[in-house]
Amino acid sequence: MPDPTPSRVWTGYLRPDGRKGIRNHLLVIYTVECASFVAQEIAKDEPDTHVIGFPGCYDNDYAIRLMLALATHPNIGGVLAVGLGCEYTQPHRIAEAVRASGRPAESFFIQEHGGTRTSISHGKAQLASLRTRAAESAIKVPMTWADLTIGAECGGSDGTSGLAGNPVVGRAFDNLIDRGGSASFEEVVEMIGLRDLMISRAASPQAAQQLGATYDKMLNYCKAVRQYSVSPGNFAGGLTTIEEKSMGAFAKGGSRPIQGVIRVSERPPHPGLWLLDSVPDEHFMQFGYTNPNDTEGIMDLIAAGAQIVLFITGRGSVIGSAIAPLIKVTGNARTYRNMSEDMDFDASRVLSGELTMDAAAAELLDLIADVASGQPSKPERLGHREFFLMYKHQDVPSLEAGCRA
Amino acid sequence: MTAQPASSAFQVHATDNVATLLGEAAAGAPLAIIGPAQPTQLAARENISLGHKVALVAIPEGAPIVKFGVVIGIATRPIEPGEWVHLHNCRSQLDERSGHFDLHTGEPGDSAYA
Repeated sequence: MPDPTPSRVWTGYLRPDGRKGIRNHLLVIYTVECASFVAQEIAKDEPDTHVIGFPGCYDNDYAIRLMLALATHPNIGGVLAVGLGCEYTQPHRIAEAVRASGRPAESFFIQEHGGTRTSISHGKAQLASLRTRAAESAIKVPMTWADLTIGAECGGSDGTSGLAGNPVVGRAFDNLIDRGGSASFEEVVEMIGLRDLMISRAASPQAAQQLGATYDKMLNYCKAVRQYSVSPGNFAGGLTTIEEKSMGAFAKGGSRPIQGVIRVSERPPHPGLWLLDSVPDEHFMQFGYTNPNDTEGIMDLIAAGAQIVLFITGRGSVIGSAIAPLIKVTGNARTYRNMSEDMDFDASRVLSGELTMDAAAAELLDLIADVASGQPSKPERLGHREFFLMYKHQDVPSLEAGCRA
Repeated sequence: MTAQPASSAFQVHATDNVATLLGEAAAGAPLAIIGPAQPTQLAARENISLGHKVALVAIPEGAPIVKFGVVIGIATRPIEPGEWVHLHNCRSQLDERSGHFDLHTGEPGDSAYA
C-alpha cells in the first residue's frame, strides 16, 4: 500500500484539555438573531475571526451544548459572546464556560452598550484584547496523525459519490485510524437498509447494541416525519432511491471497526472510528428535521472535535465551514473541472484508472497533513465560514456543560 | 485497472443487476461493463448519463433492483437489458415521495406552491 508519509509532523496549538488545534481562531457568538448583525460586523475584516450563534430567543439545551463544544474546540483560542439583552441564552454563562476551559473569553449585552455602532466598536476592542491573550496563551507543539480527529460528510451526492468519492475517504479513514488517529462520520438517516451491515462493523457488543438502537430510532424517525434524506439533485445525478444513496454514503466510513455511537457535542472517548448520531430523540419525534442541510451535519462533526472535515460532493457545492477547514472531495471529473476553484481533491481518477484506491487515499491523507500544517483549503482560501444551528431535542445522559441555571 | 473509454459502466457487486455509467452513453452505443464479474458488453438502449444506472439483465415488474449487493428499489415495470434504470421504472421500498419526482431534473411534483 502506498504510504502517506507516516513521519509527517507539523506545529499545532496545545489546549488545556490536552487536545491540539491546527488553527488559532477567535470566535464571536451571538445568542439571538437580534444580535447577529452586530456580531457579524465585529468579525468583519478580521481574518482570524469566525462567527457562530443561535437565532432563537427561547433557549435550547442541544443548541447551548453545541455552541459550547464549538467555543472550546481545539482550533479556537478565544471567544466573545454577544447578546441583545432580552433572550434566554446568556452570553456571560458562555464566556464563563469558555474561561473554565482555559481560554480567554468576554461577553456583553448590546442593550448595555448603546446602539449598533457603539456595540460594534466595543466588540472590536474586546476582540483585539482577546487576540493578544489568545496568542500569549497558545502553546505551540508538534502534531501528527494520532492527534487528529477527521470528520466526513457528503452532500450533493451523485452516482459517482458511492463509487469514488466516499470509498476514497473511507480508505483514508482506514489509514488515519491505523496511525492512531480518530475519525467520525454521521448522516445516520442515510444508512437506510444497512442495520445488519452497521452491526457487523461493531468493535464490541456494547457498540453493536448502540448501533442497532441508533438505526432503529432513525428509521422510526424517518417514518414518523415521512422524510428521507434524498434530494432532487441526488436524483438528477443518477441516484434513484434513499436505499441506493445509503450504501454509497456508508462507504465513507471505511472498513475499520466502529467503536461506538457519540451524540451531538460529545467527543470520541478514545481513538478509532465513531458514528455520530444527530437524529432528534424519539419523544420529540414530531419536532424538527434531522439533517436540514449539509452545514448542520458538518457543525455536528466539528463539535465532536474534528479539526478538519472532508466533504464529498459529486454534483459540487460551494460551502466551507466555520472553525475547522473543509476539504472538498469529488468523484465526478466534470464537477472537478467546472468547480476547480472550490474542489480540493479529484477522486474521479480512481474511476478513470489513473490512480488506485490506495494511492488516492494516500494522496488525500497528505493533503490533510498540508491543511493541518497551515495551508488553507480551497473553501478557506475563498473566505467561506458557513455555520448553521437550529432547535433540536437530543438528550445527552451526562449533561455537564449546560448554561441554564 | 486500466483507463476506460467513456462508454463504460461499473458493476459494484457480482449479484448486481444494474451498473453505473462512468461516462455518457449514447443510444445504441456499445457499453463495456466492468467490475467483479466477467467483463461483458451491452448496447445502451437510450442515452444514459454519468452516474446513472443501466440494466444488465431483463428485470420483471416487481423484482428487486440490486446494486452494491443490496436491494435499492423495486422495478415498477418490466426493464430490458441496456435500459436506463431510474425514477420512471424503480421505486423506493420506504420513501413515499418516490415516484413523484421529475425523471430528468429530480424536481418534486408533489409540493404545493399555492
